[in-house]
Amino acid sequence: MEYHLKTPLSIEDISPLRIGDIVYISGKVLTARDEAHKRILETPLENMPFDLDGSTIYHCGPLIQEKEPGIWQPVAAGPTTSARMSAMTPQLLKKHNVRMLIGKGGMDNVADSMKGKCVYLAYTGGCAALAVNSITKVCDVHWLDLGMPEAIWVLEMNEFGPLVVGIDTGGEDLFRNIREKVNENLEKALR
Amino acid sequence: MESGIKYEDIVQATVSAIQRAETELPDDVVACLENAEQEESSEIARSHLQAILKNTGIARRHSVPICQDTGIIILFVEIGRKLSPLPDIEQALIEGVMKATSAVPLRPNAVHPLTRINSGDNTGDGLPDIKYYLNNSEELRITAVPKGAGSENMSILKMLNPTEGDSIDRLVLETVRNAGGKPCPPVILGIGVGGSFDKAALLAKCALLEPVNDMDEKENALLKKVNSLGVGPMGTGGDTTALAVHIRTAHCHTASLPVAINIQCWANRHATAVIGGNGKWNII
Repeated sequence: MEYHLKTPLSIEDISPLRIGDIVYISGKVLTARDEAHKRILETPLENMPFDLDGSTIYHCGPLIQEKEPGIWQPVAAGPTTSARMSAMTPQLLKKHNVRMLIGKGGMDNVADSMKGKCVYLAYTGGCAALAVNSITKVCDVHWLDLGMPEAIWVLEMNEFGPLVVGIDTGGEDLFRNIREKVNENLEKALR
Repeated sequence: MESGIKYEDIVQATVSAIQRAETELPDDVVACLENAEQEESSEIARSHLQAILKNTGIARRHSVPICQDTGIIILFVEIGRKLSPLPDIEQALIEGVMKATSAVPLRPNAVHPLTRINSGDNTGDGLPDIKYYLNNSEELRITAVPKGAGSENMSILKMLNPTEGDSIDRLVLETVRNAGGKPCPPVILGIGVGGSFDKAALLAKCALLEPVNDMDEKENALLKKVNSLGVGPMGTGGDTTALAVHIRTAHCHTASLPVAINIQCWANRHATAVIGGNGKWNII
């Protein structure tokens, strides 16, 4: 199935998605990787400078040029390896109603914590120039003291995709299924 | 006698080599990806490969980086023995990286390993990573290799027992299995066998610079095994887990067998500036 969704997302928006489905996303998307995750977990709710309710988090450390003070132009914005955020994700989802994670390469042991409330979508790694084509505006940036890649960039996106559903709200995990098959194939290959 | 190569020639040639490497994927890699897209049987895998080819075309046309992970910059520098004395090459290469950071532009990726403080210009202690070689020519060659972290993080080095040569295939397959979708497959595998602890790693890295399709029988056989795993592009399954396998060997101590596996994502970026003795240069 192919879906075209608009952020912010509700549980009803994401629950029909199944692993292997293709999704295109429009609306506001927030980038966050290692250091930003750490800070989100450390920051009390009342001190959060942005709202994560119904949000879509993109595991991405973009390359953005400051054309003039405060005017940002995206240059490259592909996904980073999501697995680095695996350990922090269950806590993130307990604290905030994040409805969609986008990244690359899959995540480890997070499917249970996502059940009924969040989906993980995989974008093609390295496709940074293609991703920039779907960014219509850089709306805001938070925590720039973490450095350009680690800051939270609020991006307005139009038909960002194709994204492959990697983990669905039923707890199914496409990457885990593939890993199981790969394990069987490995023994066959060495026979 | 002063060399005809000026300090500024080296700076500019370095900027241009980095610019080319970051924005134009070498033709042999593109051809390999196009071929994989034609032969891939999984629909999701084909969609990834199509996105990659589309992305590569946009980057080349608009001269923008292929990937936002513009890497750390590794520079292979070959110095011709017949050249007259050269200016301060090292400083010129460092300045080239700083200038490329704002000119291309590159993402500032260089941080202190423990404080994680970003230098802001892709230089720092030991960065760019410069490797010098001598040859008998009358030219200076600077090969820029931007290396992203996604694939580098999945690379391994193991000191095997000397009698474990037969287990290298297993080590390679397990490494690719463990890496899954994380290093952005389809990958290219550089394998260094022998030498020493650090030599094996360098052999593996240099193997990544070989023409993609130039593989011998042993390398082709291992490629076939790797692709039988079914990891597929981005780890979502398919026939194309690797585009190539390149193995380099060196003699080693009778009591050791170092093996390094350097994983390279599909964006196998590199470009070379060739500077003649008269200071004129071009990018190949």
